[in-house]
Amino acid sequence: MGLKKSGGTSEMGNSKTLAPALRDLWHVIAASQEVPMGGRRVTTLFDTGLTVSRNERLRVARNDDGTLLPVIERYGCIWTSFGSPSADLFPIIEYGESDRRNIIAGSIGVNVSAPRAIENFLDMGHFPYVHTDILGAEPHTEVKEYDVEISFERDEILATRCRFFQPKAALTATEGQDVDYIYRVPHPYCSVLYKSCPTDESRLDVIAIFCQPMTEETIRAHLLLSMIDADNTDAGIRRFQQTIFGQDRPILENQYPKRLPLDPRAETPIRADKSAIAYRRWLSQKGVNYGVIPQQLS
Amino acid sequence: MGLGVAELRQAAWYPVASSDDLPFRHVYHGQLLGQELAIWRADDGYVNVWENRCLHRGVRLSIGINDGAELKCQYHGWRYANRTAGCTYIPAHPADAPARRITNRTYPVKERFGLVWAALSADAPEMDVGETGFALRPMPVNALPEMVLSALVAGRVEGEPVAALPPLGAALVLNGAPGRATYFVQPVDSARAVIRGVVEAEPDLETLMAFNAVLSSLRDEVEAAARAIELPEPIVPRYEPVSVELATMPDLVIGRQATVRVMVKRRWQAALDVTGIELAPLSGHLPTFQPGAHIDLHLPNGLVRQYSITNGPGELTSYTIAVKREVESRGGSVAIAETLREGDVLAVSEPRNNFPLRRDAVRTTFIAGGIGLTPLLSMARALQRQGLAFDFHAFARSEDHLPLGPELKALGGGVSRHFGLGPPETAEQIRRVLGPHSFARHVYICGPGPMLELARGIAAELGWPDEAVHYEYFKNTHEIDTSSSFTVELARSALSLSVPAGRSILEVMRDNGIAAPSSCEQGACGTCLTRVLEGEIDHQDVYLNGTEKAAGNVMMTCVSRAKSARLVLDI
Repeated sequence: MGLKKSGGTSEMGNSKTLAPALRDLWHVIAASQEVPMGGRRVTTLFDTGLTVSRNERLRVARNDDGTLLPVIERYGCIWTSFGSPSADLFPIIEYGESDRRNIIAGSIGVNVSAPRAIENFLDMGHFPYVHTDILGAEPHTEVKEYDVEISFERDEILATRCRFFQPKAALTATEGQDVDYIYRVPHPYCSVLYKSCPTDESRLDVIAIFCQPMTEETIRAHLLLSMIDADNTDAGIRRFQQTIFGQDRPILENQYPKRLPLDPRAETPIRADKSAIAYRRWLSQKGVNYGVIPQQLS
Repeated sequence: MGLGVAELRQAAWYPVASSDDLPFRHVYHGQLLGQELAIWRADDGYVNVWENRCLHRGVRLSIGINDGAELKCQYHGWRYANRTAGCTYIPAHPADAPARRITNRTYPVKERFGLVWAALSADAPEMDVGETGFALRPMPVNALPEMVLSALVAGRVEGEPVAALPPLGAALVLNGAPGRATYFVQPVDSARAVIRGVVEAEPDLETLMAFNAVLSSLRDEVEAAARAIELPEPIVPRYEPVSVELATMPDLVIGRQATVRVMVKRRWQAALDVTGIELAPLSGHLPTFQPGAHIDLHLPNGLVRQYSITNGPGELTSYTIAVKREVESRGGSVAIAETLREGDVLAVSEPRNNFPLRRDAVRTTFIAGGIGLTPLLSMARALQRQGLAFDFHAFARSEDHLPLGPELKALGGGVSRHFGLGPPETAEQIRRVLGPHSFARHVYICGPGPMLELARGIAAELGWPDEAVHYEYFKNTHEIDTSSSFTVELARSALSLSVPAGRSILEVMRDNGIAAPSSCEQGACGTCLTRVLEGEIDHQDVYLNGTEKAAGNVMMTCVSRAKSARLVLDI
């Protein structure tokens, strides 16, 4: 007997038409390190089985009919598309700076929709509760006022002037201090954050999350770090980021409904959720129809 | 039987847990007709059955923390009160009272013979399952609930009487069972159920094991039958939308209305010249309050007075207030002291919180003068429950003058009492307990005007910033100067009103049909706080601090006026 479909599983499968806003985008399907030279990997995107292989060149093919799909490799990951994507992916300029350490810290499966994972990535209010004594600590729970804009020119969300009290912002710190953050959402399923760098005040560390929507309610999250850090080992940096994500995961997997509801009346926003409110509105405006519960038009 | 899922959804009581599933401070994950439930018992014994979902971001509350009085969500630390499921604190905005009525979905609940019962609809008729009994070990079965009931009925001893207990119960004797039992089938989902059997009295272990063996083999048979058929899809849970007012984030307006009826349950001498009053609801429980909140009490003589709620978190079966008999009473405290009797029915407003407690302090200091300890007592109880550090300094003329002494004592080691001090000694004490300001320290002061002025002055001298010094006056003792006349423009209502000498902005707005919230109407409580877009304000209240007054963007419309010819209000 096969696995029974669980309650909220999508009916989308291969039959549902992806919104153009998704079809013509690049979507991540693997970390480059998962497909070494001569390697081959089977994965899933939008309920569709794909095979990624790397021989003389990198190829992505659909498992059902063997159709070859477009492919690019950016930011340590392999990306493909079911439509006609633009020439390049959204920019992360810092990635190209010669003195940065660029590390894919993990590709982690999570039973949640991609938009729920992005919303969690944008959220600061949970730091003291979920990342206790790392990114925040009670009783310092305040989310101070910050600014959010949807840039129509670049088609992305930008949250600036974000600050959160961190008990030990750096290994050398003895007292807690506010850490500055900037968040970008340049893609419905990807987000990039910039965070004050403990070793160089003039620069920012970059952490990005690229979500691979395998089904509407399951993802693989690929985590990119682009750091100014001469001291820690790759393994140490990876372990840190995986600890953080490991703390988020049980929360994400206990969120119901798993798909992100776009109806403003589905959940209760507060001022601290300004970026999430903008994100939901932006997804609605784009007509994103995968991993979300669209707003019912009355 | 053939009951469809749609019929099962009907308002009816079902068992959803065993009482044993709710040990001390646990949250049990239950399910009824596809709807997930968070079931937890507060320290006062009350069993809460809530939708298993935090209204904020949908995280299951069954992974939350039961602190005995409130349930705290794991994701952002939102706290929900025992009984009402009303949100009492949002840590991301520690300086604000949750201004909107955020309340999780609750279900009616009863506890009987070791089982917790719930109904998905408030329209469920009175529960009729008998009064006494002993619950057998529950037996989960992966099959349609109606199949399970049919199997129970089919498995009975012929000739023995059978009584149907709709929608999914029957009293009968099962083949091989050591006696008669009533079996209730809990419809967990479209193809999942739990058999919850009840016998008259606690039997011996052997009998229990015999019942269990019979139910186990019944389960095996039913599950085998269920495997042979195509099972229905699981029920899609219903998530009710939140109200428009919550989704669009306007502040909740509680006018000067008395929407709640209460009865004087207890009235006692809480100190010399202080009457303690316990107000109980006529039925059910009272609305959610936050520490620092007050209610308007509408007195039999027509007066309306404000009193702070002294309760600890999650205590919603009554509100306890304390009333000081004022020598220069305007009629309120005398009415209470002389005319109120146990059993009297009064009207009160919903709780309103203009004196919110931050819970993001490293240490919180409370300075209470006499009856001023009432709001601070509620605050300290909340911090104590959460295990947050505080020290509480109660000043009174003598021990006999100190109200609510026993309640204060229960706060433990953080409490210091100071009796019979004159102004210089009081100042010295306050200076000592405050000390120089350090990061994330906050002080809350409530007491008579002169003492409040003294404490605020000392805090300022010691370098405490305005935002760390929180206070509440009982009343505004300043003489209100109403000699000015000016124009107010209401930006959002597109209305221009002229305010003559002798009348307040609030009164003139009311005359013109603008329903503005208010409570004390003397510039002390903060309820009528209004944003000012243009114009120079003549502040005459005691609610705003110096920084807020200087910023000039909010005012109290009940007493404050204009220095300029025109004010533009955000109304």
